[in-house]
Amino acid sequence: MKILVPIKRVVDYNVKVRPLGDQSDVDLNNVKMAMNPFCEIAVEEAVRLKEAGTATEVVAVTVGKSDSQEQLRTALALGADRAILAETDSLLEPLAIAKVLSKVIEEESPKLVILGKQAIDGDNNQTGQMLAAMLNYSQATFASEVIIDEDSASVTREIDGGLQTIKVSLPAIITTDLRLNEPRYASLPNIMKAKKKELDVKPIEEMGVDINNRMELLSVELPASRQEGIKVESVEDLVSKLKEEAKVIS
Amino acid sequence: MSILVIAEHDNANLKPATLNTVAAAKELNGEVHLLISGNSCQSVADEASGVEGISKILISDNAAYENHLAESTANLIKSVASNYSHILAAATTFGKNVLPRLSALLDVQQISEITEIVSEDTFKRPIYAGSCIATVKSNDSIKVITVRATAFDPVNSSGGSASIENIDADNISDLTSFVGEEIAQSDRPELTAASIVISGGRGMQSGDNFHLLEAIADKLGAAVGASRAAVDAGFVPNDYQVGQTGKIVAPDLYIAVGISGAIQHLAGMKDSKVIVAINKDEDAPIFQVADYGLVADLFNALPELSEQL
Repeated sequence: MKILVPIKRVVDYNVKVRPLGDQSDVDLNNVKMAMNPFCEIAVEEAVRLKEAGTATEVVAVTVGKSDSQEQLRTALALGADRAILAETDSLLEPLAIAKVLSKVIEEESPKLVILGKQAIDGDNNQTGQMLAAMLNYSQATFASEVIIDEDSASVTREIDGGLQTIKVSLPAIITTDLRLNEPRYASLPNIMKAKKKELDVKPIEEMGVDINNRMELLSVELPASRQEGIKVESVEDLVSKLKEEAKVIS
Repeated sequence: MSILVIAEHDNANLKPATLNTVAAAKELNGEVHLLISGNSCQSVADEASGVEGISKILISDNAAYENHLAESTANLIKSVASNYSHILAAATTFGKNVLPRLSALLDVQQISEITEIVSEDTFKRPIYAGSCIATVKSNDSIKVITVRATAFDPVNSSGGSASIENIDADNISDLTSFVGEEIAQSDRPELTAASIVISGGRGMQSGDNFHLLEAIADKLGAAVGASRAAVDAGFVPNDYQVGQTGKIVAPDLYIAVGISGAIQHLAGMKDSKVIVAINKDEDAPIFQVADYGLVADLFNALPELSEQL
């Protein structure tokens, strides 16, 4: 069984992002980039399925600029067998990214696609579901447990009130939630080995996909900041402030 | 111009976030319709017909819709979509699951988790864990939108008089089937609907120690939450998680205990009206957003707090 894992290069989760001076966009000059944390979980899940003998090949794919090769190499170091970069200099929206990925999936015909539930830059939480719709595949979002059978997968999903288990027919799209697994770190020998693994670069202009943006970014600003509060000296002081000043408890 | 809101419910009652979503829809100055898909869910339609601001309810009652699976639900919404300029759902795990699928079926770019409506095609939404707020304009003919419930005050659940119209099931999918559900049972209010929330972080040191928070929660009628660190450490289940990738809350009072205040956690609670932080590290970033900060060992402070309430 072949598994395809779409990943995304994003700002490292420790970076506090700020708007540009003219508020036209976020300021991404000289910030540290990394693989989206939910994508790491997706790669890990696919690699574990391969190690368990369920999967035969793990292919990492991304849509983005040439420098996204760095994150594909990370995926290879974590255990993916080969990688594909659908290269573009444009910044695509999730709908366009899903269209490009669905082209790749048509060519690769994996039996399972695992990707992160959301990227921590745009916080959209859309690509997996869109991809499932375009391919008319079943979808299992926010997965915390995945069990593969012959032609189906049983997936436990994190939902607002607790957990839900569904059975999806394969091929399927699964998006990862936090508790699915704890991703490993790439070892130095594996990082070295990853440099020799196959990485195909395909310009998306050749794919015949409509990648036009449907939204315009008008401005980016800082959120309203909170007024600085005070330190209280004791629990007693806190309780009296909450009762008499803030009036939030009685 | 008509606006369609997708109801969220458990086949018996409407979920509160639907009322916040209707409130957002009302700001768009059109007739607001509500779509209810479910199984034996007439009582939901009866309840919803009293909700303020809705003129018509569409109900599709079919066994296939019982568990609100994305495939069939998205197909159903698509069958009526051309009548609407905007389609809205709450940014809950239900809305986040179904709406992007619908959006791709309609070939439109969804606008996720809006916090403000600027005009009928322009919206504000947080990005990068709420570090920045983006204003975006959609050029799609149908706007598919998820709504951050805490950013819109709910409409009244009474005073309305919507008509109810049955619609046929459409294109039911058998790609996915429901196996089971484990819904946490609690006498405490739901995290996203509670007016007081008390959350614990890594500083709690173990899941057992959460009983210190529960004792206070019971006295205050509060919900109990947690930071991602506490969930990752296995102290509590994921449905406790408040933050960028968990639940977004905005209660009247939020008490953060043993939580350092990573940006990912702040993203989920910084719109609370009053924030209290209890942490032994006086440099913890949580104090920068707290109205009242108490530098103390939580294992002393919590029992004392419980006693004084």
